[in-house]
Amino acid sequence: MQMSQVSEQEVSPTLHTEGREILGVQGLSLAFGGVKALSHVSFSVKEGSITSVIGPNGAGKTSLFNSISGFYTPNEGTVKFLGQTMNNVPAPDRAELGMARTFQNIALFKGMTVLDNIKLGRHAHMKTNPLDALLYFGRARREEAELRKEVEEKIIDFLEIDHIRNQSVAALSYGLQKRVELARALAMKPKILLLDEPVAGMNREETEDMARFILDVKEEWGVTVLMVEHDMGLVMDLSDHVVCINFGQVITEGLPHEVQSHPDVISAYLGSGDVAALRKKFKEGK
Amino acid sequence: MDWLFFSEIGLAGLGSGGLYALTGLALVLIYKATRVVNMAIGEILMLGAYVFMGFSAGLALPIWASIILAILVTGLVGGVVERAIIRPMLGESAISIFMITIGLGSVLIGVVEIIWGANPQRLIEFMPKDPIFILDAYLSPKVGYAFLIAAIVVGLFLIIFRTWRGGVALRATAGDQAAAYSMGINVPKVFSSVWVLTSMIAAGAGILVGSIGGISPDMGVYGLSVLVVVIVGGLDSLLGALIAGILVGLIETYAGAYLGGEFKMLATFMLLVVVLVIRPYGLFGTHEIERL
Repeated sequence: MQMSQVSEQEVSPTLHTEGREILGVQGLSLAFGGVKALSHVSFSVKEGSITSVIGPNGAGKTSLFNSISGFYTPNEGTVKFLGQTMNNVPAPDRAELGMARTFQNIALFKGMTVLDNIKLGRHAHMKTNPLDALLYFGRARREEAELRKEVEEKIIDFLEIDHIRNQSVAALSYGLQKRVELARALAMKPKILLLDEPVAGMNREETEDMARFILDVKEEWGVTVLMVEHDMGLVMDLSDHVVCINFGQVITEGLPHEVQSHPDVISAYLGSGDVAALRKKFKEGK
Repeated sequence: MDWLFFSEIGLAGLGSGGLYALTGLALVLIYKATRVVNMAIGEILMLGAYVFMGFSAGLALPIWASIILAILVTGLVGGVVERAIIRPMLGESAISIFMITIGLGSVLIGVVEIIWGANPQRLIEFMPKDPIFILDAYLSPKVGYAFLIAAIVVGLFLIIFRTWRGGVALRATAGDQAAAYSMGINVPKVFSSVWVLTSMIAAGAGILVGSIGGISPDMGVYGLSVLVVVIVGGLDSLLGALIAGILVGLIETYAGAYLGGEFKMLATFMLLVVVLVIRPYGLFGTHEIERL
């Protein structure tokens, strides 16, 4: 599949307005001592959409992600997931509710195989207790068999990583590691997938593969995607909705092309200067 | 060569090896989950033995109640220690936490000396006294039963960790705390359970060790031999702890019997040196493991 098919997605404007809110961020503020990482960030993610958060380095995108997934406790504001306020819900419980994330700098369990890494994604949903395991009857065996089947038939097949399933993750290329991380997140039965720079550091081919997977995750699996990404081509092609933040504040949000041509976005990315020339450069490439 | 003597020494070595394996299990568990070598494990073991003495001799409670209470109280101490001084270090480098456990060991010695004094003491005899004979070889009943208990506990853990996904959760936590946390593994809970559980195991081992050789505040030195055991076996391998425990127990006892008591430690550390040279990650450890 080529990127041309990806771009067709962009022109279906219905997705932008359809669907109820699955994730809502309201007035989120986060400070580390005197440094304000986020101030009064609000936006909402519609169910079944791909929403992208963009912004220059240090804008607070990862802080935002960490607040949403429960790694940081915001000083103010709320995160609502499936209509439920998440403020007092610790990260592991959010994972169980259906929030799965990947990390900017790959966080795989090194020394384990690809298959083990992926299977660990299901951990929160497993009910086996030590006694079951001791006897290895009933639940332990059944859960293990079910998990194996699903992981093998659905996830590994879907992400085309069958050939590396028994390899140690540490030995894989960067692009494949990112893919395994996505596989592990999918094993978590997510309702929303938080992707922190899914194609950072990838070559063109790997980026195209990843773009295809992200689209399929949305369309075939019906999983909502919220991603942080610097690759503007990818963001503009895939997203239904784009939120741009800088210095911890939302500058603008809307449809990809609206955000792309917004003067504040351009100056945030490229600094002030000859706006017309920079805009041209920005539209051409990154 | 006197084969009867040889086999009797061998049995005694197996016995002490079983206890090494049991305490080694505690060290390995904590390492598997937190990547921290708990240098205070010997002192926690000592504390368990003293608490047992407190309940059985001090308060004159029945032996079975004292054993259960001693294990529970030591587990509680482990939990409090984790919550108070290990939890705030979550996410810090393992070596910092390692340093903290060294300090913890000294604190525990101090506390025990304040409460029970610095003199060596004996525990109440509670194990059956009938001598055990295996064929013609005599085995001290204390050592025999201690080995039996240790073997059962270690065996149970081996089976559980082979099949239970919690074992994988431990490895995951050790591998990448942030990733484990994001996947529904409650990392702080894993930390406290591991501390509570390993303290309980150490307390049990302390009661067994103390009932064989008596107790004193400096019996935490036992932890050093256990450290050798887990390094030889591989820091993250339960099976390694079992096999290396028995190996160290045998070598130490044979060295003591044939070369003299002063060669015991020498033999143990010689084994350590040899293993470190040949297999720096231990006999059964994972290759990428930290080399100590």
